[in-house]
Amino acid sequence: MFESLSSRFTSAFGALRSRGRISQSDIEKTCAEIRQALLESDVALSVVDSFVARISEKSLAVLPTVQSGTNQGQVIFDIVNAELIEILGGQARRVRFAKKGPTIIMLAGLQGAGKTTLAGKLAKFYADQGNTPLLVASDLQRPNAVTQLQVVGESINVPVFAPESGNGVGDPVKVAQAGIEFAHAKQYNMVIVDTAGRLGVDENLMNEAVRIRDAVKPDEILFVVDAMMGQDAVRTSQAFLDGVGFDGVVLTKLDGDARGGAALSIASLTERPIMFASTGEKLSDFDIFYPDRMASRILGLGDVATLAEQAKKAFDGDTSAKLEAKFASGEDFTLEDFLDQLQAMSKMGSMSKLLSMLPGSAAMKKQIDNFDEGEIIRTRAIVQSMTPTERRDPKLLNGSRRARIALGSGRAVTDVNNLVDRFSAAQKMMKQVRNGAMPAGMPPGMPAMSAPKKSVVQKKKSKSGNPAKRAIEEAQ
Amino acid sequence: MGLFSKFVAKLKGTTSFSSSDWKELEEELLASDLGPTLTRTLIEQAKKVKSENAESALTAILTDQLSTHSRKPLVNPHGLSVTMVVGVNGTGKTTSVAKLASVLKASGETVLIAAGDTFRAAAVDQLHTWGDRIGVQVISGKPNSDPASVAFDAAQTAATSGVNNLIIDTAGRLHNKTDLMAELEKVKRVVEKVSPVNEVLLVIDATTGQNGLAQAKIFTESVTVTGIVVTKLDGSAKGGVALAIEKEFGIPIKWVGTGESHTDFSKFEPAAYIQGLLS
Repeated sequence: MFESLSSRFTSAFGALRSRGRISQSDIEKTCAEIRQALLESDVALSVVDSFVARISEKSLAVLPTVQSGTNQGQVIFDIVNAELIEILGGQARRVRFAKKGPTIIMLAGLQGAGKTTLAGKLAKFYADQGNTPLLVASDLQRPNAVTQLQVVGESINVPVFAPESGNGVGDPVKVAQAGIEFAHAKQYNMVIVDTAGRLGVDENLMNEAVRIRDAVKPDEILFVVDAMMGQDAVRTSQAFLDGVGFDGVVLTKLDGDARGGAALSIASLTERPIMFASTGEKLSDFDIFYPDRMASRILGLGDVATLAEQAKKAFDGDTSAKLEAKFASGEDFTLEDFLDQLQAMSKMGSMSKLLSMLPGSAAMKKQIDNFDEGEIIRTRAIVQSMTPTERRDPKLLNGSRRARIALGSGRAVTDVNNLVDRFSAAQKMMKQVRNGAMPAGMPPGMPAMSAPKKSVVQKKKSKSGNPAKRAIEEAQ
Repeated sequence: MGLFSKFVAKLKGTTSFSSSDWKELEEELLASDLGPTLTRTLIEQAKKVKSENAESALTAILTDQLSTHSRKPLVNPHGLSVTMVVGVNGTGKTTSVAKLASVLKASGETVLIAAGDTFRAAAVDQLHTWGDRIGVQVISGKPNSDPASVAFDAAQTAATSGVNNLIIDTAGRLHNKTDLMAELEKVKRVVEKVSPVNEVLLVIDATTGQNGLAQAKIFTESVTVTGIVVTKLDGSAKGGVALAIEKEFGIPIKWVGTGESHTDFSKFEPAAYIQGLLS
């Protein structure tokens, strides 16, 4: 989301760093650019002005104490980074679990913010960590919101408490209360209460939210906000804060190209931390919001920490251990292992999402957006069209076998040839690496975290098979 | 006192606008989501106003930013009119489809709805519930089926059964997802094998910020948007980005949504909207 903001910051700091010595007017100019960039990103004027004022004040104070221009640039960059982290909520905060009984989370927000989808994502996130969440369908307003929650719950294997079918019928307060009792009786350790969307100015509905809150006594009330929201975020978040109140903010639709300035406004004005972020259409596209990582992304430093975590999640212990043993015993890396790697990679989400977390990605946004996700699927199809024996021993692949594989995967024979060629080249390279040139500290199955910018660009230029190369690199 | 009247009172009075007054005006315009560029243009023009009748002068400045294109619904006068409703997730497309169908039906037209959002869980059911409420037939396919095939089937049904209007709901999609935009283009292309698409309405949530401009740009590049629907105007958001869209791309706002009932939907009134921006 913060991409355009990121490119504005990058250019502002680029100009600053090229200075031999930074003067007061340079700082003023940079601040003016930051101001414009933030306003274009929907950050509220009052937040922008106080943010810029703090940066200008701190920068001017520190300027005389640092000698060279490069160092000065870095110092100012650090000040902006620290302020951004501060404004985004400082440390990442986790959900406070109840000491006794189920932890109760209530969702609130405007219509269309994404509460129902988020309820499912939140439930999946905690279920994956070994919790036993229950979803409670208290949105009885929007037609078929209850059905939607049931479908979502079914797809992630989380039970949904929905005694009322909704569509304007039933009392959401009673449903919420009964849901909590049900959770107590059945010993669920977490309850997520989905509520109807409501406007900040709608007093009746806000009172209803208050009644739900008083009935369920939530441990956390999460305010769900669309990342594309504009300046009204100020009024609306204040109305929700004064109305039902909330303890944390969840940002949805962060995978869009919105600059998400509303998030900065809300976090800064309500002093409530952004706790989670939702980043895609799949129910697994959801994570804890880390202010420092987001600040890094805004400033174009990439988000390597998140990438590493996703890799760890996707490359499960078994696959990694198997590969490691294989590697140590001197066995060849086969196309079967390659297939495992491709599958793990697709579990990590789209390639463009992964690439956008690398440092310097703001400069290559266009290429990343145009990355052909289908390439991985096509490569996989080729490998899957081989017999297990062929995968283990690609030398078997003669002309007629290759023709059969091409037919089976719906690709041309040249595509099969290319894949096999690149694979044997990589295999050879792996052997060399094993015979001495092993880069230190890279466990198998982990992607090349510090992939230099150049190699990423190359990956996108020559499309076919590059995922293959990448996966093999990652296997080192 | 609303900003507008305050501004007018000051301009009429003998005291000139101080710099803090201009700052306040800037703040208010920005707070309406008009965006920094349009705000700057407006303030520059307002600074030149020295009219006795400041009120009309100011209204004129804002009205000048509006699109000059017709706001009439685009229809096929002889036969089937096809309207596609598109937009990002959660703006109110499905609700707007139902409301538009209801308005058309009330004016004596015959309407058919295609449930083209085959992606979001229960979106089809949501539309069926609406269809039952307003008495309009809804054509749907299986969940996760190809939206283009649902739209095609609906277009054929509409063409053979002789209804005047087909409204196609589509799944919400973020405009930066090229594959999803390509899917949308396909829906339009396939429907046009049966009947031309007369109108493509982009649904913009009034709470949307400057990202609305990117939405309008990319949806237009993809399926040629012919009109805007601004939804959720009953909240505290003023929907200023719609004016920025009109100014930037010349796409007219045609409808506004102001509530959860199917009757909370009306033709866009420029005067009321501009008054609302500054009140």
